[in-house]
Amino acid sequence: MKNKLSRNIYFIPYVLWIALFVIAPILLILYYSFFDIEGNPSLINYQKFFTPVYLKMTISSFWYAFLITGISLLVAYPTAFLLTKTKHKQLWLLLIIVPSWINLLLKAYAFIGIFGTYGVANGFLEAMGIGKQQILFTDFSFIFVSVYIFIPFMILPIFNALDEMNPTLLDAANDLGASRWMTFRRVIFPLTIDGVKTGCQVVFIPALSLFMLTRLIAGNRVITLGTAIEQHFLVTQDWGMGSTIAVFLIIIMFLIMFVTGNRKQGV
Amino acid sequence: MSNKLSPLSKAFLVLIFLILYAPIFFLVFYSFNSGGTMYDFKGFTMEWYKELFQDTRLLIIVLNTLVIALLSALIATIIGVIGAIGIRSFTSSKAKNTVLSLNNVLIVSPDVIIGASFLILFTMAGIKLGFYSVLLSHIAFSIPIVVLLVLPKLQEMSPTLIDAARDLGASRWDVLTKVILPYILPGIFAGFFMALTYSLDDFAVTFFVTGNGFSTLSVEIYSLARRGISLNINALSTLLFVVTLLLVVVYYFITQRVRQTGMGGKR
Repeated sequence: MKNKLSRNIYFIPYVLWIALFVIAPILLILYYSFFDIEGNPSLINYQKFFTPVYLKMTISSFWYAFLITGISLLVAYPTAFLLTKTKHKQLWLLLIIVPSWINLLLKAYAFIGIFGTYGVANGFLEAMGIGKQQILFTDFSFIFVSVYIFIPFMILPIFNALDEMNPTLLDAANDLGASRWMTFRRVIFPLTIDGVKTGCQVVFIPALSLFMLTRLIAGNRVITLGTAIEQHFLVTQDWGMGSTIAVFLIIIMFLIMFVTGNRKQGV
Repeated sequence: MSNKLSPLSKAFLVLIFLILYAPIFFLVFYSFNSGGTMYDFKGFTMEWYKELFQDTRLLIIVLNTLVIALLSALIATIIGVIGAIGIRSFTSSKAKNTVLSLNNVLIVSPDVIIGASFLILFTMAGIKLGFYSVLLSHIAFSIPIVVLLVLPKLQEMSPTLIDAARDLGASRWDVLTKVILPYILPGIFAGFFMALTYSLDDFAVTFFVTGNGFSTLSVEIYSLARRGISLNINALSTLLFVVTLLLVVVYYFITQRVRQTGMGGKR
């Protein structure tokens, strides 16, 4: 019995952390979502959420996140695949990860310069004879910069999945007469699906909620769920509405985690 | 499986690396532009670096950021290690899984939600927004990653090691400090390092819980970038890039070293 007691005593800081910083905040968000802007209990926020304005915003936020995740996957999968075949693959992988350690805001700031009216991108377009375009503050720039930022996070899990794959399986497929495309579709991809799922999970959820990119790169043209939450909490001070959107974002998050949940299969 | 990369694959990888690093080198390049813009390179100057080092406000912010990062990483590592040891000692796997899911909530939660819910929490608890609110939130969101990095090391450790130490008359404290902690040291290092990068990188959570008067580097860069281009930021990002590279090299060598001198585990 004494053993158990002492175990519980040293466990206290961690349990406190779970209670205060994991459980309490979620309950507080839920609690606040039932109050209107004046602080009176009401369901007005939920009614507001189901008006076309908010529903449209939610759908467009989803659409952007979907595009960003899809494009990241299309670029990241071949990259990860080719990386596993390089000679010093761990070193190359490290080099892919280094840019993700540079502060996200600095990278966004770099793109303000690159995509600006007189920036490199426009200089290039002019040299090509296309002429100056408005690049910054468009959907294109938002998606491009988001994909740029998320790519390392997509490559990493896929690389790990590919790296763990047993190479003899490929030889077997080859021996049995599978074409390269067939080998990929029937052997490689199914075996690395867990990595793909993890990658999609770590890209999709932040893509729904990054607000600084929409502010800096999309110039408030794109409003994601994250932007709306930030707006309500820090600008209009309508914590109730902000919490309501947060509640839905949390629900969506759990749904995504459920869908992309890793069911371990042994091969 | 052919192990040689085709020229096309090589070109693809080169392109990816170019895109990943171009914005960073773009920032570095224009930090030496005497023209004061991110286009039209007029001439070489160190003026922006000089200005940076004379900006005492910014230097204080850098100091704040470092203090927050080191303190939060240290405290998060301690609590995280305690948590991991506690989780390992659970006998029922159901309880273990519950605690682990709670542990992971903050890892998968979008930053906006963490920020918004912590803002509510601190406001309700009457904690003034500033240094302490930022420190507490950084500790809070760094703990789960420490747990996740330490736990595998603990699980890899054979329980017979502890039994042997106990049989040889070691006290519980001795077992902890002379057997368990040295064994899981690589995990602790990795956890501390990740906590450090989490803290240095964080923008969204800090943005929510920092009041007026206290600022970290990310928040400062955001407010500067919203005002437009200023080559001070370029100079700053060059320095940060160099520091990041140094950290990567140090981390690489530490992990190599730990791998070499670590106690013979399973592998």
